[in-house]
Amino acid sequence: MLNQPDRTATQGLADEDRIPVSVTVNGEAYERSVSPRLLLSDFLRHELRLTGTHVGCEHGVCGCCTIRLNGETARSCLTLAVQVDGCEIHTVESLGSKSALGPVQQAFKECHGLQCGYCTPGFLMVVTDYLENNADPDLTDAGIRTALSGNLCRCTGYQNIVAAVRRAHKIMHAG
Amino acid sequence: MKPARFEYVAAKTVAEAIDARSSFDDTVILAGGQSLIPMLNYRVAQPDAVIDINRVPGLDTISVDNGAVRVGALVRHRQLELSAEAFAAHPLLREALDNVAHIPIRNRGTICGSIAHADAAAEMPAVLVCLDGFVTAQGSGGERNVPASDLFLFHMTTTLDSDEIITSATFPALPKGSGYAFEELTRRHGDYAVAGICAVITPGPDGNCASASLSACGIAEKPVRLSAVEAALVGTNLSDDAVSAAAALVDDMVTNEDDGAGGRYRRQVARTLITRAVAKACQRAAQGRA
Ligand SMILES: Cc1cc2nc3c(=O)[nH]c(=O)nc-3n(C[C@H](O)[C@H](O)[C@H](O)COP(=O)(O)OP(=O)(O)OC[C@H]3O[C@@H](n4cnc5c(N)ncnc54)[C@H](O)[C@@H]3O)c2cc1C
Ligand code: FES
Ligand code: FES
Repeated sequence: MLNQPDRTATQGLADEDRIPVSVTVNGEAYERSVSPRLLLSDFLRHELRLTGTHVGCEHGVCGCCTIRLNGETARSCLTLAVQVDGCEIHTVESLGSKSALGPVQQAFKECHGLQCGYCTPGFLMVVTDYLENNADPDLTDAGIRTALSGNLCRCTGYQNIVAAVRRAHKIMHAG
Repeated sequence: MKPARFEYVAAKTVAEAIDARSSFDDTVILAGGQSLIPMLNYRVAQPDAVIDINRVPGLDTISVDNGAVRVGALVRHRQLELSAEAFAAHPLLREALDNVAHIPIRNRGTICGSIAHADAAAEMPAVLVCLDGFVTAQGSGGERNVPASDLFLFHMTTTLDSDEIITSATFPALPKGSGYAFEELTRRHGDYAVAGICAVITPGPDGNCASASLSACGIAEKPVRLSAVEAALVGTNLSDDAVSAAAALVDDMVTNEDDGAGGRYRRQVARTLITRAVAKACQRAAQGRA
């Protein structure tokens, strides 16, 4: 049941031409036919049932839909599903599981880097990218805040998110 | 917040994209999508066809030639920002790009897309204007170079024909002995600018200002060249007083009163940014000579 695509969300698009898309998401291959106007964020959530990726603003401002597309962070709300044919995507689901949190997830938990959790998937993806893609990430307040500047959080006041970035860096380099 | 219906054309060559542009009434080019897709989502744009150029080979090259940098239509902001070769030849570009949006957006958005989109507050159009750069456009009538001074009409509008595609943008070399700076004010790093100033200053052997190029984004209905400020700087000794007096001439060019920054405030911001940008450019010119 859980793995059935949610047709209701894309029903309005049912009578439109569909374009085949094959894509690898979190290591798993998927093939679907989609309407050209389907956003990648809706494709992930409604077609693939990967609801970890959140949707806040749908115009690129809030950052909670951020995923990794061929290894680079990108807004899934500013990408069409048809564009990712042949691409590799990682969503927040790739970072860990409830029983085995990834280092960034663990750090957010320990530092109270989230309250309602709405923004969290985007922050987790951006922070993972920042710590993995920089050999020597700038861990000053200013450096971390610049790295986080594309993501909005209405709850935490950011203080604990900044702390979580430093904590995650420690956890990642502990062993 | 979902796009209206459109035809999707995945062009494989520039020629195919131009053909598609002529065969529908209202078309848009999908490059990075970082300005287009928000407009589709809001349905501000409801084109008949979206022409995706992302799979056209050969458009993602950066070429450096004697200090000039040319970027193809698919060169992403982040790609140019991180290019060591482009940085060594033309460090102004990285300084300006650091102000463009946030990393996830720079990973996708293109320099040519930003120029075609022509937002009046966008940084790279202002850099192109400051350097007297140009774009190369292809359409059904062939290929032509359009200088920045003839390109921007007003906010989100260029002089390009509806069937034309920008294939590259060329940023001319910094003059020998010059210093550069890009300074801007935003409420949050990466937001569109309240005002941004691009400056290239060349001091003569006597230390006086031999030439000055300045442009601004955010202050008017398009990126503007600050000719009056330039004229007032040339020949001066670039002292604080001389620069402040020249900077005051920006006032008349500030016509944008939007976005919570009224005219008086924006004029003050523009003046301050000019003094900062000129000071930084002079300092760099001096370091370059040392
Ligand atoms: C939250 C957010 C913040 C941003 N902040 C800034 C900022 O501070 N400064 C800034 O400069 N930009 C900012 N941007 C915009 C970003 O820089 C865009 O990438 C850029 O403006 C457009 O480039 P693109 O490649 O994404 O173009 P697209 O979105 O793909 O296209 C934009 C328009 O340009 C046309 N177009 C694109 N490429 C071509 C071409 N080769 N030939 C002809 N027409 C073409 C399209 O038809 C379309 O109308 C921001 C965007 C977001 C979502
Ligand atoms: S939902 Fe994509 S940035 Fe807000
Ligand atoms: S935790 Fe609620 S928006 Fe960030």
